Amino acid sequence: MTAQVITITSGKGGVGKTTTVANLATALAADGKKVVCIDGDIGLRNLDVVMGLENRIVYDIVDVIEGRCKLNQAMIRDKHYPGMYLIPAAQTRDKTAVSPSDMVRICNDLRPNTDYVIIDSPAGIERGFRNAIAAADRVLVVTNPEVSAVRDADRVVGILEAEEKGTPYLIINRLNTALVKNNDMLSAEDVLDLLGIHLIGIVPEDESVLIGSNRGTPVVTDVKSRAGQAFRNISRRLQGQDVPFMELDSQSGLWTAIQRLTGRK
Amino acid sequence: MRFFTRNKSATSAKERLQLVLVHDRTDLNPAQLEALKDDLLKAISQYIDIDPDAVQIGLERDGRSQRLIADIPLRSVSRHRAG
Repeated sequence: MTAQVITITSGKGGVGKTTTVANLATALAADGKKVVCIDGDIGLRNLDVVMGLENRIVYDIVDVIEGRCKLNQAMIRDKHYPGMYLIPAAQTRDKTAVSPSDMVRICNDLRPNTDYVIIDSPAGIERGFRNAIAAADRVLVVTNPEVSAVRDADRVVGILEAEEKGTPYLIINRLNTALVKNNDMLSAEDVLDLLGIHLIGIVPEDESVLIGSNRGTPVVTDVKSRAGQAFRNISRRLQGQDVPFMELDSQSGLWTAIQRLTGRK
Repeated sequence: MRFFTRNKSATSAKERLQLVLVHDRTDLNPAQLEALKDDLLKAISQYIDIDPDAVQIGLERDGRSQRLIADIPLRSVSRHRAG
């Protein structure tokens, strides 16, 4: 196997990068793939808690770079999926402890024995972001249907194009269909038209995402969750399958209200 | 009748973003665009008679690329002579 290195980035913070990494990695691992996640947010590590692995950390990525441990010693195996690993960020260092060439080297070491390396980029467009995209074969930009997130996503897309990383794919996260229907939220079509890049997934706003993070169990494992379904679809698209986009309208409206009232949802 | 109210906040968000993104991508602020417009008109006026009040110059998006669109009506020569 030769891994595909996928970086998840956004420009703006808080749009759901870490959640996306945890969910896509889990979905790929559930499909039997060998997946290594790398938390690229040095000094502000979070992927460990979202994945529920915070109590198992011994070594981190800076320990690997500075030679205090071997790469596989910093790879924390997931509790549920033996094919999924996390390389945590260092918490007491800053982004200057890692260079783009360090990231390239680590990813190249992982490539022969891995299907997917998924890198969680920090917010911003500085060093941490440059590190996160250095080794990427493919970049996914996460945004929310909201003015500041879309503007920052556009900046990031521009930088990726200037760096000849190719045109990234877009994930629109936390889309609220009721607000879109009422024309009080940018629709997926609006966001796509503004950014001018290809879509790889739309994740509806769904409280089960927060519940999953609270428990350290990504929502993608919840078969009833709409957001979980959206992440499963994205992971299949990453694997080259042609998966139609979900019909998001069915989530709102009278029929759902009736289903809710009668306890069917 | 909320369904028929078109100008809700998403419309405003999209219109504002369209403008902001064009300026972000070109690194031209509205004042610089005005200066560009003035210089362009000065240059063209040296060769042909134009109607400066009817000129429309703006940046438009086309996917990920931008273009500068100028609509510059020329004053008709016969009318000019007659006047």
